Amino acid sequence: MASIGKIIGVNGNLIRVKFESAVSQNEVAYAKLTQKNKDGKSEVIPLKSEVIRIRGDYAELQVFEDTTGLKTGDEVEFTGELLSVELGPGLLTQVFDGLQNPLPKLAEECGFFLQRGKYLKALPRDKKWAFTPVAKAGDVVVAGDTLGTVPEGVFTHRIMVPFRLLGKWTVESVSAAGEFTVETVVAKLKNAHGETQDVTMVQTWPVKMPIKAYEERLRPSKPLTMQQRIIDTFFPVMQGGTFCTPGPFGAGKTVLQQLMSRYADVDIVILAACGERAGEVVETLREFPELIDPRTGKSLMERTLIICNTSSMPVAAREASVYTGVTLAEYYRQMGLNVLLLADSTSRWAQALREMSGRLEEIPGEEAFPAYLESVIAAFYERGGVVRLKDGSTGSVTICGSVSPAGGNFEEPVTQATLKVVGAFLGLSRERSDQRRFPAIHPLDSWSKYEGIIDSKKVAEARHILANGVDVNNMMKVVGEEGTSIDDFVIYLKSEYLDAVYLQQDAYNEIDAACSAERQKYVFDKVYTILKTPMKFSEKDVARTFFLKLTQSTKDWNRVKFDSQEFKDLEQSIFASVKEVSANA
Amino acid sequence: MHNVAYHRIERIAGSVITLRAEGVANQELAQVTSSFGTSLARVIRIDGDMVDLQVFAGARGISTDSEVRFLGEPMKVPYSEALLGRVFNGAGKPRDNGPEVDGERITIGGPSVNPAKRIIPKTMVRTGIPMIDVFNTLVVSQKLPIFSIAGEPYNELLARIALQAEVDVIVLGGMGLKHDDYLYLKDFLEKNGALNRTVMFMHTASDPIVECLLVPDASLAVAEKFATEGKNVLVLLTDMTNFADAMKEIAITMEQIPSNRGYPGDLYSQLASRYEKAVDFEGSGSITILAVTTMPGDDVTHPVPDNTGYITEGQFYLRKGRIEPFGSLSRLKQQVNGKTRSDHRTIMNTMIQLYASYKETLEKQSMGFNMSNWDQKLLKYGQRFEKEMMDLSVNIPLEKALDLGWEILADCFAPEETGIPTKMINEYWPKKG
Repeated sequence: MASIGKIIGVNGNLIRVKFESAVSQNEVAYAKLTQKNKDGKSEVIPLKSEVIRIRGDYAELQVFEDTTGLKTGDEVEFTGELLSVELGPGLLTQVFDGLQNPLPKLAEECGFFLQRGKYLKALPRDKKWAFTPVAKAGDVVVAGDTLGTVPEGVFTHRIMVPFRLLGKWTVESVSAAGEFTVETVVAKLKNAHGETQDVTMVQTWPVKMPIKAYEERLRPSKPLTMQQRIIDTFFPVMQGGTFCTPGPFGAGKTVLQQLMSRYADVDIVILAACGERAGEVVETLREFPELIDPRTGKSLMERTLIICNTSSMPVAAREASVYTGVTLAEYYRQMGLNVLLLADSTSRWAQALREMSGRLEEIPGEEAFPAYLESVIAAFYERGGVVRLKDGSTGSVTICGSVSPAGGNFEEPVTQATLKVVGAFLGLSRERSDQRRFPAIHPLDSWSKYEGIIDSKKVAEARHILANGVDVNNMMKVVGEEGTSIDDFVIYLKSEYLDAVYLQQDAYNEIDAACSAERQKYVFDKVYTILKTPMKFSEKDVARTFFLKLTQSTKDWNRVKFDSQEFKDLEQSIFASVKEVSANA
Repeated sequence: MHNVAYHRIERIAGSVITLRAEGVANQELAQVTSSFGTSLARVIRIDGDMVDLQVFAGARGISTDSEVRFLGEPMKVPYSEALLGRVFNGAGKPRDNGPEVDGERITIGGPSVNPAKRIIPKTMVRTGIPMIDVFNTLVVSQKLPIFSIAGEPYNELLARIALQAEVDVIVLGGMGLKHDDYLYLKDFLEKNGALNRTVMFMHTASDPIVECLLVPDASLAVAEKFATEGKNVLVLLTDMTNFADAMKEIAITMEQIPSNRGYPGDLYSQLASRYEKAVDFEGSGSITILAVTTMPGDDVTHPVPDNTGYITEGQFYLRKGRIEPFGSLSRLKQQVNGKTRSDHRTIMNTMIQLYASYKETLEKQSMGFNMSNWDQKLLKYGQRFEKEMMDLSVNIPLEKALDLGWEILADCFAPEETGIPTKMINEYWPKKG
């Protein structure tokens, strides 16, 4: 029996409630706000909240909405349920807020502004899905086993035994193939104790608990290419891996995330816009339906799901949004799909934790972040991973968290806590973005523990050249060009060349924006050969002019179609010019 | 509903008073009367029957037996066309000796706009300032701060933009302004005939600190109302650092745990909820926000400019009386500068690259290296660029500025030295004689 309570205190979005019968931690409750509507009649608006601390006979709840107007004595209704999301066909292509309210639908009902206390069903109830049974009567199943499938866009969406069912169940009956809405019962199950269970196409799952209806977790072993040279070649990411992109403002975090959401080699992309600008979400929202996904030939939106809790939306729901995102990602992983979750930005989520912690008057840790920050961040990233499902297929959730460190200083607690748990660190640098070198990932500070598509020995050598180039450049700043030997000068020019033609990539050029794995292998090999070619120049100006021209022609080469005639011609002329200056010639 | 007057104040600290009261709602307004006059106050915390109130006029002079009467509604400001040309304080009271404005009363700090109702911005705001129009175009519905330090002419810049921007309504919010600055802004707009499309919410440094907190909310609530009625509104806020400092002051008196340099942990959310009011409504008006943020010690990593930078869509750096081309950024310029004139992006990129080279040459010059022929050209170019483009007194429309750009380039360089594509050169390079 769900409990009822009364408000005894309000502090920002934290309310204190005196309750009567049992309440549980992280239980959802509704605070009943009474307010006058336009006609002067009073109406009751339920505000969704979550229990975050219990002391004696009162509980503290974070309210996911603005608390203006709540007063002591107002009623609070506990639901007995944890904060959950709906899982079922129809999630893809949608735009949800942090609590899984479909935003376009809300706009239809409420107009320009987000009205508080308005909660809609995440999945459309009237849409019919073509169900094909997979299990048959008499089969013994456990949570996560497939009972049937429906097509959702280009994917086969599995209708599974609800994840919250414990133990073994026998299938009593499964519907024959047909068109059903999500709330139709498609299967009946029975367990050894004689309990029966109706299964529909929609189930709910608490967001803060990982879905574990799989056989085992595996080590990431397949590279996840983003078609970005600096990532795929130098700092690779793997399917089921975790990585982070910290950077100061204006360093291009968001552009990078947008590129990844477009070009990542995964089945499904979930964007969790957490406490960031609404304008950026709008760009994705309006542009993705127009863009074609080369993998499927369908619109890019068909593989995308957006969770949007922008910076002006209530803070508590911001925390919920990253969990909602990862839960939906885990759900699609259960279907044997590869999912990429892009969380932008985890710092805003950490700040939401800090705000609540402050209101709870907890003893603060570094920069007033709560002491449990690290374990919360670690637990979140640990929800990524590759898993082998019970039917033998594998699925993965890759998590990319962008981090917005205060002042661009990576020493701060959120960046540090994140670095401890991720497999790759793509640090964005203000210096590189000021020089308009995009993507502004720092080639010397960043690291990745994953194996990429290119021989790591050669990559290490290339990085070595970059590091040497920086050394020479620093030296030149002191002694001037005149005081630098021509050999050192050529090393510097080579490192600049590698930077310009390989690390940098023009996101606005149709062809250069995406560089396939195959092309990367080919081009890297060629660039590597050029870097390893000993060169001889009479004087520095000649060397500089040569490299300027070489850079220009290699950039042109990047901008033409792979394996076209033009591509081959340019390659030939590049190598002809290199041959002329080669010391071995 | 509460016609009860309370006469027993339990605690007074800073501008916050605490009393025992029943049935009070969060954010509800109250009227506090002391022997020094009457002020509004709002509920900011409820703990059992203890209620914390923030007194708009400050708690100075309030005694333990002052009268407190709750009004049963949250903070509202009046809205009607009659607001235009008027000046109010943060609490929405006239400060220009004019009458109170009748009209619909709108709640401040209203809900967020549904992202599904926003559209991708696409219209430029013309300001007549080449450093903005050509190099970092301001776009309708953009939110941009002007990062500056004390002493820079940021208010003059705001006033000029207000005057020249082609918008329907200007809302000017002043926070912690010097009284002279307030008068300057008011007189400037009046003299140039822009006052009749302007609403001002003004808080000067000598006014109570709580009113400073209300200025952005009041300004944006009014702006939002105008925008939903189809108007294009420009909101100018100066200075957001004072607003953040006011928040800090109150958070500390409330004994909140500070996070970074004494600022409250929710600084980002507080700033964001204001800036995010910038919007282009689908099928209606728009709000564009320009806000001055002074950087204490010219330090961009200070919490206020730092958090602002993460929220806004770029920034203008105002240094030594000029908008710096480096560091300044309009994230939305790509949405509009492809559609203005075909040479816009070329001029934008070329002139900045050459200016960067000029800066390098200056460095070389100061270190005593020899100046080559190329360096001499750059020096000439840089000086003309600074004088004729960067200077804030320059006031020319975009097209004239682009023409001027070509003229300066042609005066200083040969076409092939600029790296401009041949097609552009043929079309735009000024013919000699």
